[in-house]
Amino acid sequence: MSARIITKRELIPGMTSLMVLHSPHIASKAKPGNFLIMRVHAQGERIPLTIADADPAAGTITIVFLVVGKTTARLNLLHEGDVIPDVCGPLGKATHIEQKGNVICVGGGTGVAAMYHIAKGHYLAGNTVTAVIGARTKALLLFYNELSHFCSEVLVATNDGSMGVQGLVTDALRERLGRDDEIAEVVAVGPVPMMEAVAEVTRPLGIKTTVSLNTIMVDGIGMCGACRCTVDGEMRFACVDGPEFDAHKVDFGELRKRLEQFHGQERADLERFKKQFGTGEV
Amino acid sequence: MARKKIVPRIDMPVQDPAERVHNFREVALGYSLEQAMAEASRCLQCKKPACRAGCPVEIDIKGFIAPLVKGDVAGAYAVLREYNSLPAVCGRVCPQETQCEGACILGKMGGKMGGKKGGEPAEPVAIGRLERFVADNFHALSACEVLTGGNACKLPRQDLKVACIGAGPSSLTVAGYLAARGAKVEVYEALHELGGVLVYGIPEFRLPKQVVKREIDALRTLGVEFHTNWVGGKTFTIRELFVWGFNAVFVGVGAGLPRFLSIPGEGLVGVFSANEYLTRANLGRAYAFPTYSTPIFPAKDAVVVGGGNVAMDAARTALRLGAERVTIVYRRTRDEMPARREEIEHAEEEGVRFELLANPVELFGDDKARLTHIRLERQALGEPDASGRRKPVPTGEHFDIPAQMVIMAVGTRANRVLLEASPDLSLNKWGYITVNEETGETSIPNVFAGGDIVTGAATVISAMGAGRRAAKEIAKRLGIANGD
Ligand SMILES: Cc1cc2nc3c(=O)[nH]c(=O)nc-3n(C[C@H](O)[C@H](O)[C@H](O)COP(=O)(O)OP(=O)(O)OC[C@H]3O[C@@H](n4cnc5c(N)ncnc54)[C@H](O)[C@@H]3O)c2cc1C
Ligand SMILES: Cc1cc2nc3c(=O)[nH]c(=O)nc-3n(C[C@H](O)[C@H](O)[C@H](O)COP(=O)(O)OP(=O)(O)OC[C@H]3O[C@@H](n4cnc5c(N)ncnc54)[C@H](O)[C@@H]3O)c2cc1C
Ligand code: SF4
Ligand code: SF4
Ligand code: FES
Repeated sequence: MSARIITKRELIPGMTSLMVLHSPHIASKAKPGNFLIMRVHAQGERIPLTIADADPAAGTITIVFLVVGKTTARLNLLHEGDVIPDVCGPLGKATHIEQKGNVICVGGGTGVAAMYHIAKGHYLAGNTVTAVIGARTKALLLFYNELSHFCSEVLVATNDGSMGVQGLVTDALRERLGRDDEIAEVVAVGPVPMMEAVAEVTRPLGIKTTVSLNTIMVDGIGMCGACRCTVDGEMRFACVDGPEFDAHKVDFGELRKRLEQFHGQERADLERFKKQFGTGEV
Repeated sequence: MARKKIVPRIDMPVQDPAERVHNFREVALGYSLEQAMAEASRCLQCKKPACRAGCPVEIDIKGFIAPLVKGDVAGAYAVLREYNSLPAVCGRVCPQETQCEGACILGKMGGKMGGKKGGEPAEPVAIGRLERFVADNFHALSACEVLTGGNACKLPRQDLKVACIGAGPSSLTVAGYLAARGAKVEVYEALHELGGVLVYGIPEFRLPKQVVKREIDALRTLGVEFHTNWVGGKTFTIRELFVWGFNAVFVGVGAGLPRFLSIPGEGLVGVFSANEYLTRANLGRAYAFPTYSTPIFPAKDAVVVGGGNVAMDAARTALRLGAERVTIVYRRTRDEMPARREEIEHAEEEGVRFELLANPVELFGDDKARLTHIRLERQALGEPDASGRRKPVPTGEHFDIPAQMVIMAVGTRANRVLLEASPDLSLNKWGYITVNEETGETSIPNVFAGGDIVTGAATVISAMGAGRRAAKEIAKRLGIANGD
């Protein structure tokens, strides 16, 4: 299936963009936690991106991506009206959502977008949702307004203190956990070090914590094993068994190293890409 | 039977090993017409041909070879077409030595028949090479002629709709059979390219993508519609297909889910499943990086674990991608290797090393979790096991070999994506779909299945055979069986 870009908004110019894609079949099936795999051009690599929102009535899905390498840089060159040739999904297991009380959703960087869909799911299931989001500085903060629509509070942490508490999302999270109410679950989506840090905050408190792993993927349907990770001492495939797992059981060290597998080639390729397309902003 | 002098089998011209390790072009170059005619005339045209029973789809082998003796390619193709809709593929990839050629009388007692008492058996007729020759050299006037022999196929009838899930050889066979008889067939494939293992697994140097593309183009001309990036169980369900008006569904989603060995160190950087390595190289065209953007892991010393076709393909791909030393580690001996003989020989000619009677026990890495070496344990052959092959027994003797990359080619399990979304589909204890052996029908009425998702990893021709059985039954139910 191909998908036409209906809307494109550069949330942080040259760095993070949001796109609304026309893809009725995926939109009718997508649930919080699902992702898609796309190829941006005929010689492109398959890359996974979270479905940050879906509107079955309009037949659209939303993606939010951070420009980190050649494929995301190339995706960011596309405009409204352009067609992405291969879009496949929804993939992965949907977030397990049931009515359970207070849920805290933590998001860092672009992970806030993925977290948004999960938080919305929890809200629609009748849970009280607290959002905890972070970024280096206020200008880089994503989805604050969108989350405010349904979250009982949106706590913010910035490294430079330009908004919310100065520090990391875990600082804001710790503060929130200090209140004496029952927390049914913490969900964290973002960079690996952030998810790992959240897991360490909640572990001693025994609060169920779920993370969404961004392993390297190729097919996304359980055929290649590229996405394997170790959870509770066992090999799991993030694309079909996940991408969400119990944060207290994930081997984050292995995940971090496996994400660097192709760094050499990727960096060289990004340099070539920049020369070819002259995007200094990548 | 008339006594006939047995001449040696005609060799297949191949690309020079020193040259071919630097490119992805096809290794075996195919017979010329003269060579094919000479090889065809080696066939004894047996009254009771043993070869035929050796072929999983029972091709009338001597029937297609007879016209070839006189150079009649169209006549040979007309016979092949009755049994096999992908002869160009099967001629290249069938394990002939355990199937048709393994049963050919020449290979059993050729020498004796040649008159010499107690002579060595001759080599069997090169049935696969001849099949390939016929398929490559038959020039059909229309797509329809490729599949049916007629010049015009029936127009697809929109009221007779069949859906295939997966676009591997089993589904393509179903699509061809039914489209030729006037059904409207739509194929839903999860990946962005069609062909299943034929495009993502088997490398270009063994099965050029052009050969697969030609077959798929023929199906398109027959009115088969292909949908890529559609995942059964995710984008749509089996139940929905019936709601959309399909009368029958064929499930040909293949095996998947690679196995690992469950030994320490499999999470290290540099450890890959053969599926991932080959998918990057073939589907992702990583050999043409950076023109194509899929990266692939570079390594000086590569070790491939396993002894099947998948292991040979991974090893030979690693050589072509610049590895200086590629070693295949297999726990039994060469005689037990399940790979096609030709692939083992080609791998050897190209410089792949074999570490036989050895089994990995642990993988080691540096402080960055990058693989540095693999520890193996020497095996000895013990008593035959359930498969009749002698069982490897650990000896306790360990040794290490350096490796920055290890590729695991130790088998697959059933892919659960579609199965989990179809709870009414009954499965066997290994997780594969159970079907009625005669019709291929599953526990859901009018839903059929075949290929690796029913048998576990097998062969292209057995997947096609299963597709054909199911297609016949579907045709019968749709009332378009044409008496066959
Ligand atoms: C389930 C899942 C959901 C994701 N959702 C989002 C999202 O919503 N927004 C977003 O910005 N990013 C998301 N990612 C990460 C995104 O897939 C990578 O940033 C992207 O693949 C990078 O491609 P590139 O060519 O631009 O960069 P590259 O130059 O190829 O790689 C840069 C780095 O990105 C990572 N990466 C590379 N290839 C892959 C791959 N095939 N799969 C996963 N990671 C890879 C590696 O760490 C690599 O070092 C998600 C990943 C997963 C697994
Ligand atoms: C590297 C390698 C080398 C091999 N070499 C040989 C050889 O030399 N000779 C030989 O005879 N056999 C060989 N085989 C085995 C042979 O290729 C398979 O037995 C055969 O392809 C099985 O055919 P199939 O139709 O069952 O499925 P496959 O060829 O596996 O195709 C299944 C298709 O279904 C798609 N799919 C999966 N899940 C879904 C879903 N949920 N929705 C939609 N689509 C889906 C897959 O993407 C795939 O395209 C080899 C296999 C491999 C991996
Ligand atoms: S299909 Fe395969 S097994 Fe059958 S005759 Fe041809 S090469 Fe031999
Ligand atoms: S068994 Fe061999 S010699 Fe006899 S018909 Fe078959 S191919 Fe020919
Ligand atoms: S991405 Fe291939 S198995 Fe998960």
